[in-house]
Amino acid sequence: MAVSSSPADLSAALVLQPVAALDWLVILPVAWCLAIGAILLMIRHKSLAQPLVAVLGLAALVALDAALLWHVVQSGPVTMVMGRWLPPFGIAFTVDLTGALFALTSAVVALVGAVAAIDDINVSGRRYGFYPFLLLLMAGVSGAFLTGDVFNLYVWFEVLLISSFGLLVLGSEREQIDGAVKYGFLNLVATTLFLIATGYLYGIFGTLNMADIARKAPGLQMTAPLVTLTALYILAFAMKAAAFPVNFWLPASYHTPRIVVSALFAGLLTKVGIYALIRIGVMLFPAELEQMSLVLAIVAALTMLTGSLGALAQSDTRRLLGYLVISGIGAMLAGIAIGGPDAIGGVIFYAVHSMLVMTALYLAAGVAARLSGGFSLSASGGLYRHHLLFTALSLMLFFSVSGLPPFSGFWPKVMLVKAAIDGGSSWLAAILLLSGFLTMIATGRVFLLAYWRPVEAQPAGVPQPLAITALLPILALTVSSVLIGLFPETLLNLARQAASTLNEPSAYLQSVFPAGGAP
Amino acid sequence: MEPVFAVLTGIFLSVAVYLLLSKYIIRMLLGVAILGNAVNLLIFTSGRIMREVPPVIGAGLDVPAGATANPLPQALILTAIVISFSFFAFLLVLSWRAYSVLETDNTDAMLVAEPDNVQPPPLGY
Repeated sequence: MAVSSSPADLSAALVLQPVAALDWLVILPVAWCLAIGAILLMIRHKSLAQPLVAVLGLAALVALDAALLWHVVQSGPVTMVMGRWLPPFGIAFTVDLTGALFALTSAVVALVGAVAAIDDINVSGRRYGFYPFLLLLMAGVSGAFLTGDVFNLYVWFEVLLISSFGLLVLGSEREQIDGAVKYGFLNLVATTLFLIATGYLYGIFGTLNMADIARKAPGLQMTAPLVTLTALYILAFAMKAAAFPVNFWLPASYHTPRIVVSALFAGLLTKVGIYALIRIGVMLFPAELEQMSLVLAIVAALTMLTGSLGALAQSDTRRLLGYLVISGIGAMLAGIAIGGPDAIGGVIFYAVHSMLVMTALYLAAGVAARLSGGFSLSASGGLYRHHLLFTALSLMLFFSVSGLPPFSGFWPKVMLVKAAIDGGSSWLAAILLLSGFLTMIATGRVFLLAYWRPVEAQPAGVPQPLAITALLPILALTVSSVLIGLFPETLLNLARQAASTLNEPSAYLQSVFPAGGAP
Repeated sequence: MEPVFAVLTGIFLSVAVYLLLSKYIIRMLLGVAILGNAVNLLIFTSGRIMREVPPVIGAGLDVPAGATANPLPQALILTAIVISFSFFAFLLVLSWRAYSVLETDNTDAMLVAEPDNVQPPPLGY
């Protein structure tokens, strides 16, 4: 039988003009990470070549993300659709300032982690695949920051989760297995909650494209249970971000892996949860988020207090830092609860600061433990006498995480406190300041016991100087924290612009649906 | 048809939550397996259950002739099945390893990473 089909009108379903050369930057970070990860997997047994390839690959990733950020600053949000299918049918990758900023910062953190791992991860760790896992983790993280599709966001969450499992159990010590069991089960429940919410989202909207949802949501407020949906998303992402009362997986597991892995987790994983909460909550369901703002503010306050009080109670520096991660998450949640471009700008700034500084703090804790014989505060001491530069860097990081000027932690705190007072919730501002004060006491205690306290039994012989590969990552991150603290204008403006794009996503919608109309 | 599936999903979810609340890892694993299936059913139902006609466009036509099955939930479920299966496999191996290394599958007794008898550091010096 002769089949005669009418000539299909391709322009109704396909993007016909070729993708502009610069727009390829949208997908390149993910594709690059996957490619380098695959290459690293192939050279798994060449333990000398691995760090080289990984560091060069991640340096290129930083360059790619920087170029992407520049492109987005120049021309607004950029969209690329998979298979050239017109949105909302194809999977769209849409990058706005928020996504590009987060992606660049995460790439910097990963690069620093890869350099620090040259010292910290031994040959067997490399053979078991530290570097491939790191690159695949970065593929997941970059994908989550760059995608414009909710289900695709879920898939990237799973990619980064399975890579983080691999990193977490590297070494297979008893503590690691114990921590990994708790981390694994609770994170799986969190991502499944995310998937449940996404199922309902699809049931309500019939679409998974973020821009499509953003423009359909206002019309469905009266007929669809959007507040319930938003509450489900908040629970799922709060669990990923380790907010109180669903934070218990973090202190149970973050201190168990190699210190570089802890540093990478502290810099990357919880911030993906915050990013997703910003993306789904602030951009897609702003009206519903506002109805939840009191609950969110209480959760934020409790998270900050749990974090900083938990940090005060610890006698192991790694576990103490885990609680500081939670405290920082509380500050970011407070900003999301307050809402408005100023507060969200503060959240984005805080996230960038927190990624850099928490990574540096974990790395510093690792170096301190190596110099003084352990992570326990009871046993360590005497760092100040022999390692002046390292002590100075650590002190700067302690000040930065507590939010003191002139370091990077100061400005986002100012923005958040000001937004809280302007928004009429002075109690939240008070708790923000109180948590900073408690953080200062907790880190001051570490400085007192591990750095200032003289040790009775000095190890014999001349104290060996620090290896440059151990000090360089901490130095780089501390310098960036100081520079952000001294010259905050660029980042401040970028964060404010990013927040205003989220609050008024017309540019984002325009980028996905250039014609305005759609099916 | 949807209400029946909604009730079924609810039963699956409550069984999964009940099992996940257990102290014993083996029961939690069963809970994870059922939770994955509950979510798959949920996605399938939220895509609306329609005629079981395959979504194929006949020759000479531009749109399907009548109501067909919704293909997108099937794609979503396929993705979710692959992911949840791989996670389940990982957790199964991890649990076995935990059982043989820690010699317990009771989560209350897993206190290796968070010991509760830590000597506090001195209050001053």
